[in-house]
Amino acid sequence: MHFGPHLLLAALEGLVTSAVLALTALGLSLVFGVMRVVNVAHGEFFMLGAVLAWAISTAISGHPALSFLAALVLAPLIVGLIALVSERLVLRRLNYNPEATIVATIGMLYIIQQLALTFYGPEARPVEPPFSYRILLPWFGYSGYKLSIIAASALLLVATWFVLTRTKIGLVMRATQYDSETAQAFGIPVDRVYAGVFALGAMLAAVAAVLIVPISQAHYLMGQDPLLLSFIVVIIGGLGSLRGTVVAAVLIGLSDGIISVFFSPTLAKIIATLLVAMVLVFRPQGLFGTASR
Amino acid sequence: MKEASPAKAYALHLGVIALLFALSFVLPEYHHGLLARIMVLAVFAMGYNMLFGYVGLLSLGHAMFFSAGLYGAGLAVIHLGWSVPAAFAAGLACGALLALVIGVLALRTSGVAFMIVTMMFAQVFYLIILYFAAWTGGDQGLVVPQSARVLVLGDTSLGLTNPTVRYMSALVLFSIVLLVALVIVRSRYGRVLVAIRENEERTKMLGYDTFSNKLAAVVVSGTICAASGAAYALLFGYVGSTFASVQYSILPLLWVLLGGAATTLGPLIGTLFMYYVVDITSGYTSAYLLIVGIALILLVLFFPRGILGTIRQRWLGWLP
Repeated sequence: MHFGPHLLLAALEGLVTSAVLALTALGLSLVFGVMRVVNVAHGEFFMLGAVLAWAISTAISGHPALSFLAALVLAPLIVGLIALVSERLVLRRLNYNPEATIVATIGMLYIIQQLALTFYGPEARPVEPPFSYRILLPWFGYSGYKLSIIAASALLLVATWFVLTRTKIGLVMRATQYDSETAQAFGIPVDRVYAGVFALGAMLAAVAAVLIVPISQAHYLMGQDPLLLSFIVVIIGGLGSLRGTVVAAVLIGLSDGIISVFFSPTLAKIIATLLVAMVLVFRPQGLFGTASR
Repeated sequence: MKEASPAKAYALHLGVIALLFALSFVLPEYHHGLLARIMVLAVFAMGYNMLFGYVGLLSLGHAMFFSAGLYGAGLAVIHLGWSVPAAFAAGLACGALLALVIGVLALRTSGVAFMIVTMMFAQVFYLIILYFAAWTGGDQGLVVPQSARVLVLGDTSLGLTNPTVRYMSALVLFSIVLLVALVIVRSRYGRVLVAIRENEERTKMLGYDTFSNKLAAVVVSGTICAASGAAYALLFGYVGSTFASVQYSILPLLWVLLGGAATTLGPLIGTLFMYYVVDITSGYTSAYLLIVGIALILLVLFFPRGILGTIRQRWLGWLP
């Protein structure tokens, strides 16, 4: 294959990564933006989404599209419920103290991971894609499902943007983010907003995982890379900024796809992680963010 | 904090050291080996406590300092054929240098950003170990040959593989670090660190250079952790990338939280307790991470002060 088509393939793969990454990172960014909580267990909610998608799609027999659709609806709901319960039982009791919540979410990470290992097992299991249509380009055939991931993710991102900026729910969330005490004084149930945001963040990660699982595989350790990448995206994009998150996700996803075609993936990770750490050290508000209050 | 009577505090610490010395002669073989390991890891926890307990800086990347000592000492023996004391010094130097560099960079941030930055630097360190697998052995790790693990003192040579020598070496390291920690904590410098933890702005206003005090604390903490890592490589003969993974940054945090942050003996108690809990439960289940996770959550929810912290608050106000 010539260089041009090779690059196109790498870019397409990168866009698929970006699409999933944008959703996952948006969840992390919302939770941090509104609640000021760094959720280290975010990657595990992603993993739970994929594992549940496998469980649901094997439990429901019939056309793969039907069972996949069921997984796409049910898995995020279950994950959201788990997040809601853990928020009520743990994070709320810690008064959202930033350092205590990090330690507590590390605890959640271990618990979820270990339970997944116990009940799901160490195997990586595939989920059948809902359709297997291949789009024939002049140089190579490309999976139609992968392109539909990009479309689905874009749709969800637009929907989230709409909810955040054009509805009452979004207004309440933004008010809480801006100043939770004043919001409370104006009668906004800050406590319930926090619970909802935490569940929503986990659900976004779970949706992303269900979308990706037909082309990767469900595995109990699959949450670690998305966690690290989401951190990177959120930091580069500026915390709590939706537009920054999406731009950074596309940037990271594309460069990850293209760099890993030409360099060793370990070296690519070393460079990326080091660069992001340096961004945090020298430009803590992110590349696109404005200085925090 | 109440004004402690120095004699009482020193007597308690010397008593603990004497107890550990005496235990060497009565413990059955299995627990003897386990306790040697726990003492070395308790040094790691004490190093972590210097920064987390006294300065209030929560790092999620201390595995890199431990493994800097581990690899610094281990690779010096394996590839360069250095003697045990020289390799130990190399481990310490690696840890101190790394801590200086990381400190200068990471201390520009604070709070949550500090946690994430330290975690990312540790991740880079871990990936570098994997990347240079030709020298480090990658995720397989390397075994330090038994023939090289001999400490030559004048005419006598002590094999570090001998259980008694190993226990005593671990005890010597532990005792030195414990007493050094006690002296630091009771010194003027230690009080400045606590002042920074309680209110950095106020300390700055009183004329203290908080940045260089914090930087010194990072270097001391990193060096102590590296000492633990170097001792681990030389005493137990294995260097591996697991020790650089995120998990080994979380474990010292757990040990210190459990034993009691900002107490000198807390790290030992936390490490001892957690090690035995994992050891006992691993007889019934392989799910030891589950226990670590539950312990973390219960600790931050109900015992944020840890075992010794609670005892100090309730009964023994003079505990250092």
